[in-house]
Amino acid sequence: MPEQYKLILQHLDQPGYTPDLACYLRHGGYEALKKALATTPRDLPDGKKLSPREVVREDVKASGLRGRGGAGFSAGLKWSFVDRRSGKPIYLICNADESEPGTFKDRQILHKDPHQLIEGMIISCWANDVKLAYIYIRGEMPKAARLLEQALAEARAAGFVGKNILGSGHDIEIHVHRGAGAYICGEETGLIESLEGKRAYPRIKPPYFPAVLGLYMCPTIVNNVETLCHVKHIVNMGAAEYAKLGTPNNTGTRIVSLSGDVNQPGYYEIQVGRVTLGELIFDKNFGGGLRPGRSLKAVIPGGSSSKVLKAGEVFKLNRKGADGQMTKVDVALLDLPYDFDSLQGAGTMSGSSAIIVLDDSRSMVETLANLSEFYAHESCGQCTPCREGALWLAKGTHRLANGEGRKQDAAYLSHIAQNIQGRTICAFGEAASWPVLSFVKKFKDEFEAKGAADEAANASKSPAASKSH
Amino acid sequence: MSFSVPAPLEARLDELVTHYPVKRSASLMFLHALQEHFGYVSREAVEWTAAKLGLQPINVYELVTFYPMFRQEPLGTTHVKVCRTLSCALAGSAALREQFCKKLGLDSHAHAPQTTPDGKFTVEFVECLAACGSAPVVLVNEDLHERVTAQAAEKILSEGSRLEGAAKGKTPVKGASGAAS
Ligand SMILES: Cc1cc2nc3c(=O)[nH]c(=O)nc-3n(C[C@H](O)[C@H](O)[C@H](O)COP(=O)(O)O)c2cc1C
Ligand code: SF4
Ligand code: FES
Repeated sequence: MPEQYKLILQHLDQPGYTPDLACYLRHGGYEALKKALATTPRDLPDGKKLSPREVVREDVKASGLRGRGGAGFSAGLKWSFVDRRSGKPIYLICNADESEPGTFKDRQILHKDPHQLIEGMIISCWANDVKLAYIYIRGEMPKAARLLEQALAEARAAGFVGKNILGSGHDIEIHVHRGAGAYICGEETGLIESLEGKRAYPRIKPPYFPAVLGLYMCPTIVNNVETLCHVKHIVNMGAAEYAKLGTPNNTGTRIVSLSGDVNQPGYYEIQVGRVTLGELIFDKNFGGGLRPGRSLKAVIPGGSSSKVLKAGEVFKLNRKGADGQMTKVDVALLDLPYDFDSLQGAGTMSGSSAIIVLDDSRSMVETLANLSEFYAHESCGQCTPCREGALWLAKGTHRLANGEGRKQDAAYLSHIAQNIQGRTICAFGEAASWPVLSFVKKFKDEFEAKGAADEAANASKSPAASKSH
Repeated sequence: MSFSVPAPLEARLDELVTHYPVKRSASLMFLHALQEHFGYVSREAVEWTAAKLGLQPINVYELVTFYPMFRQEPLGTTHVKVCRTLSCALAGSAALREQFCKKLGLDSHAHAPQTTPDGKFTVEFVECLAACGSAPVVLVNEDLHERVTAQAAEKILSEGSRLEGAAKGKTPVKGASGAAS
């Protein structure tokens, strides 16, 4: 029976668990920080010696932790790219902008267990020689911003944050910075611009990789809320123990946000890859299945920007056989292990681990129209293909959803999307195109039938008007 | 109406500036604080912020027009943000918005914020509020309401109508435009 495995969510929903420092300390809080600060240098087989900070950085790499914000990039590798020779200060930013439609996991940590995040951040700052860090929190979470400020004040008073933390000689300051309602602030270079007090226009890469030219053109680490929380647990458990959770190359646990047409929407923490997509949707420990009489139509597996999967699809995935050889095996949609690599193998991504379930009562045209409106509203407007294209996609899907469609709209929509992806400054261009490309490709019949039906209906209403197309 | 920032607020903002190695970084936090205090970001607030942070007013004004949460008009005492995005839409958020708008005599098709003439309510359709597991959700001022039913919406309306209106005497207005939309 597949079950939750609660590492990050261990305490936060327990009765009587409160977001204050006293409660956190009663539950073993800040012990990982003390452990990290007490790290001793490590001798390597080749005669080299790792400093305590390098030891923690190596452990994060060895743990296999991959970013929980969207791209799933190795956290340890990301840290290793930081330019440590520039002589400039290194900054760390916690990405608490949580705005990818379908995602509501960071919200739980921010509101119910802020000290867990702060502890993870302090350890990450210490390990990376960071003296000043920010939590960039989305503007629509004013209560969480206040809770975090309170928690930081408590942590400062207790000597965990501020000058000479825990008498170690290290200064670490953390501040809360609020966004103001723009999705693009979640993109890390847009976030940095926003933190500099500007419009959140993403920067072009190269050259503006945050690890080299980030906040104030200094080396900068941007990590998601959940990623930074995992750092605490890696220190607590040790990298090797942590890496036993989950599956190879997809280690640890992950909080999945489940919404849409399931009986029990909610957030569930799982060992990465040890629970399948089907179990997440149907098992009574998770989604609990669909409403009576309904069947599965489609799954958006990793936030609204991920490519949609269709009920009944079968994917060819790489699997290591008993002989150690890689072979291709058929895996059905519901048997896909929920992890980074399997979803990538299925042509999509686990993204922000937000699953939106659609049952057979739903129109794919209306669903896509809803998502396209989101992207049209949220484009920052810097790149022409994205600014104009996202708007055209919204208009095209809206027209098709509202009785003004045409047979060729399916092809028209794909054509626009193809001309956005790969031609923009930031990955928002892909985020806006992928839903369109995948919806139209996998549900082509539905899109074409809707366009044809609209055309026929409009032609019979007013024969003269139909000629004017 | 003359613009003056009370001393305690100014002291709080001065402290905020110390959080950043570059003053300009504090501008979003300034605008939040000023909007919370005055109800919206006026031209004077923009100029005051620019002067405080050593910027040109345009550097601040361009933030007000980019970030959807900033308003250049006073809004209603009860600000109802109904989530429009997919998971909430699947759970009936369009009907919720219609219910709010119809009851308040507002246009149920407008996306931008609309305020009732008595200044008691502003209704706005917003994008995903990161609470999709308890859809449909509505943010009323700072309070998140989850799994909002038609009855719950009625309650939000009746509680709001007991409050004194903020933007008195205004006709329904469209608020500041959102991010490049
Ligand atoms: C359009 C766009 C929106 C994003 N939104 C978020 C977000 O809301 N939260 C987040 O953590 N990462 C978001 N990301 C990913 C970040 O750019 C970045 O990769 C992430 O914060 C890195 O943290 P991680 O390595 O810990 O995952 C977004 C990326 C793009 C392209
Ligand atoms: S791709 Fe879109 S969101 Fe990204 S920088 Fe270009 S216009 Fe802005
Ligand atoms: S879709 Fe409404 S909160 Fe996410």
